[in-house]
Amino acid sequence: MTSRVGLDCNITLAGPLALDGGGALAPVDFAYETYGTLNADASNAILLCHALTGDQYVASDHPVTGKPGWWTRMVGPGKPIDTDRYFVVCPNVIGSCMGSSGPASLAEDGKPYGMRFPVITIRDMVRAQAMLLDHLGIDRLYAVVGGSMGGMQVISWAATYPTRVASAVIIASTARHSAQNIAFHEVGRQAIMADPNWRSGEYYADGKGPDAGLAVARMAAHITYLSEQGLTEKFGRRLQNRDAKTFGFDADFQVESYLRHQGLSFTDRFDANSYLYITRAMDYFDLAEEHGGHLANAFRGSATRFCLVSFDTDWLYPTSESRNIVHALNASGAPVSFVELSAPFGHDSFLLDVPDLNRVVDGFLKAGGQ
Amino acid sequence: MTALRPDLAIIAREVAAGTRVLDVGCGDGALMAALRDEKQVDARGMELDPANVAECVARGLSVIQGDANIDLADYPEGAFDYAILSQTLQTTMRPDLVMEQLLRVGRKAFVSFPNFAHWRVRLSLLWGGRMPVTRLLPIAWYETPNIHHVTVDDFRALVRDQGIKVEGAWFLSGDRLTSAAAANFRAEHAVFLLSR
Repeated sequence: MTSRVGLDCNITLAGPLALDGGGALAPVDFAYETYGTLNADASNAILLCHALTGDQYVASDHPVTGKPGWWTRMVGPGKPIDTDRYFVVCPNVIGSCMGSSGPASLAEDGKPYGMRFPVITIRDMVRAQAMLLDHLGIDRLYAVVGGSMGGMQVISWAATYPTRVASAVIIASTARHSAQNIAFHEVGRQAIMADPNWRSGEYYADGKGPDAGLAVARMAAHITYLSEQGLTEKFGRRLQNRDAKTFGFDADFQVESYLRHQGLSFTDRFDANSYLYITRAMDYFDLAEEHGGHLANAFRGSATRFCLVSFDTDWLYPTSESRNIVHALNASGAPVSFVELSAPFGHDSFLLDVPDLNRVVDGFLKAGGQ
Repeated sequence: MTALRPDLAIIAREVAAGTRVLDVGCGDGALMAALRDEKQVDARGMELDPANVAECVARGLSVIQGDANIDLADYPEGAFDYAILSQTLQTTMRPDLVMEQLLRVGRKAFVSFPNFAHWRVRLSLLWGGRMPVTRLLPIAWYETPNIHHVTVDDFRALVRDQGIKVEGAWFLSGDRLTSAAAANFRAEHAVFLLSR
């Protein structure tokens, strides 16, 4: 029995959680962390939504890698998402592999779901989070904040539960996955499914998962998170621990060595089936489609304040995607701020040192309390 | 509002309380903040420079990074009581089209601009034979953002051609109001309130 608040919390809720794809999930496991203290009228809660391979360890050390939380630049005492001021909740999304219900969870028959786990959507993740917040006694959120897939959840929150979200921060994200986004994900999924160890997802019993396939998926995806300029500055054509090309297929180039390392280390902390499920959820995401083809309809009558940030070197979810959301919000009259920040790190900029991002988030959140 | 630039102070004084306002080219948000704090205005802004946008958002203002030449088209018709364009008209690609957009998204519009026919500008050109560099036009021709210099009379002619009504006009010499008489000669700066 763990506490309801604090680090490394787990709870199983009865559900059922009705799913966009039909059917339901019950019961639903949640792994989450909270930081700070919920005030007496429960009005200072901020929900943090993590990205594709993120997790609940937003500001505490990761149990597998031992590395600091993924957003310690943004979350903590005195940081823009100030844990002295706000009560921060960060749940692991359903479909993932860090403790919330996912393909590695046990089904009714006591065996892992594997590919029997239902295909889920971003909105399913959001509805699950709403269940968890109900359990925690939080009705209205001071803010929902997320980058990348986290931003998709934020925008889905604002559309699904407009009265529960006072402020929404959507960073380096999109209201729909483009053909190019889907294409890159499909490369990753095919790499996993082509690995003979995948075995239609039933690899949990002997612990020999499709590591090679998952590593390739991560390598392909990782390229999309960086800018060409960033790759060139970091690696150029420099060779890895050697003076000359080997005329073979070792990792001659530093960039090859780096990507191989990224791929391999990823397999230590992530489940291949979860990667399939979550990328699918992202590919299915198209908020306009859920609202009769008009994105503005998703926000009609919304009282939520919005803040969107994009980065000039992000080619995964470029500025045009954020502008698309801004136009819809303008059309529906919602209060919206938007800025494209300059940063050299590509899509990953939202996780890295961009002082203007901290300034914008800090000011926007504080203004929500006025 | 004493800290506001004189043309902005006029606009801040004239905007009706509790209205919806779009400030196009809002800079660091000084006018928006004044309107919000002193007139309970629902103020939105558009600004080209990302550092200014970040500054505005950090002040709690709703500002989007955008270009008056392009992004005004994305607002629905009549979305605002006022659209404001201060010291920006002369920097736009097509001032006439921007004016049309202003009065499409706003029921009324404030437009302020430096008057290129002010006597100092005229003298400078007449006697110096060079493109004038004055207090309100301090940047040399090759690097000024002012690509469409305009005079009070030019502006009146454009407004007439576009069938736009002038609801009010204020003229500034230095930081002081000056009379409308011979404004094209005597005013350094003009503020117009327009409607359809």
